[in-house]
Amino acid sequence: MEEKKIINVKNLSVSFSNNIVINDIDFHLSRKESLVIIGKSGSGKSVLLRCLMGLLKPDHGSIEIDGINIVNANRIDKENALKNIGVTFQNGALFDSLTVWENITFKETKFFGFNKQKAKEKALLIIKNLELDENILELYPSELSGGMQKRVAIARAICDNPKVLFFDEPTSGLDPITGKIINNLIEKTVIKLGVSAITITHDISSIENLASRIILLDNHKIAWSGKPNDMKISKNKIVKQFLVNT
Amino acid sequence: MLKIINLLGKVSLSTIENIGKLTLFIFKSFFWLFKTPFYSKQFLFQLLDVAFYSLPVVGLTTFFSGMVLALQTFSGFDNFNDESTISKIVLTSILRELGPVLAGLMVCGRVGAKMAAEIATMRVSNQIDALQTLSTRPIQFLISTRLLASIIAVPFLVLIGNIIGVFGGFVVATFKLDLNPILYMMSTIDNFNLIDLIQGLVKALVFGIIIAIISCYFGYNASGGAEGVGRATTISVVTASTLILTSTYFITALFI
Repeated sequence: MEEKKIINVKNLSVSFSNNIVINDIDFHLSRKESLVIIGKSGSGKSVLLRCLMGLLKPDHGSIEIDGINIVNANRIDKENALKNIGVTFQNGALFDSLTVWENITFKETKFFGFNKQKAKEKALLIIKNLELDENILELYPSELSGGMQKRVAIARAICDNPKVLFFDEPTSGLDPITGKIINNLIEKTVIKLGVSAITITHDISSIENLASRIILLDNHKIAWSGKPNDMKISKNKIVKQFLVNT
Repeated sequence: MLKIINLLGKVSLSTIENIGKLTLFIFKSFFWLFKTPFYSKQFLFQLLDVAFYSLPVVGLTTFFSGMVLALQTFSGFDNFNDESTISKIVLTSILRELGPVLAGLMVCGRVGAKMAAEIATMRVSNQIDALQTLSTRPIQFLISTRLLASIIAVPFLVLIGNIIGVFGGFVVATFKLDLNPILYMMSTIDNFNLIDLIQGLVKALVFGIIIAIISCYFGYNASGGAEGVGRATTISVVTASTLILTSTYFITALFI
């Protein structure tokens, strides 16, 4: 039986001023699958994620999200396809001028006419699931610790019940203990919501926690792809080198 | 020689590219102004920031400019003690030039710098990307609302600034130069010309557009962390101030 693909990337290439960043790569994300993309700095991970988020137009290739090719779709189709995605950025990217509950329910208050009370209730429900205290609802992002900011960013990403979650370096800038907590939370959240996820990371503990499949990027191409257990026994030189370096 | 030609070519291409990018940015900013959804809360917040919070600085500047004008006219005309001449010079200068230019420069320094720094910070900290992933068009949400607020607020500030500036001239004329207050006021009313006011308001409108577009453009295209934010803020204030001072000549030429 064929896997149900929620994201399907074909022949994707991206370059900046003749510098190739991603060179003709193909991969897919199945429903309820948690894909982790790894690779050393400059291998094209972040550029790939920006393409998947619709923030960057590739030179060639297609990116199908839920059957819609966002590369050449019209604006409305592209926006509709991207509504299925929730993103947690590396630095959280929370809106400085909004409180925690306003950040979390940004989309709901704007598009679904949530009033203040309803929005706060929804935000409260989500942050409790993410093991955050309800007292932080009225705080601004600058008043939160790094770990809390990451959790609020996750709360914002899942608030609108997306089908796919993207996590860009979810543990970067965190101490190992907080990093572990965030990894566990992401793992629990992805399973609980039954969503698909793509995580970009350098962190080996993120790979162990989150991956049901791994893609290793090297030299702007997919150098290796497989299950987490296969990675440890892989004879691939680039995989071995990555494991040694991390 | 080849190096110089190469450099000239690069500079020319980069200039053309920037002009193209700016043109597209202006077009998009106006285009999304007329499309739904209209972010009323964001717009009102910006309107309050530009119009209300700029009022003290604009009022103070124009008040003292009116005072200086009255004093300079008096001394410049060799202590020429005439209500009609002083009031006319104060009124015309404030309405046509000083009111809009001073208000424009003050708003540029206060609000333009803030807009550029805010948007640049959002850019370098991925908040603009986050907006896009939350199904929000950043130009419509951040730029068009600021543009509309600026288009409405700057003429309003100029109107208030004009009144305060003329009042400043009146204060000096009556309390320091001992001119007759009734005659001065009557002469101010007599010398009022609607075209002067319209000329000033047209300038204010153009300055409002310049401040919002230039500040937002440099903020929106910022890169390179904290240094990039600083660079975007500085370049936006310098460019917008220069454009205000140059465009005022061309608008004046249109009215003469």
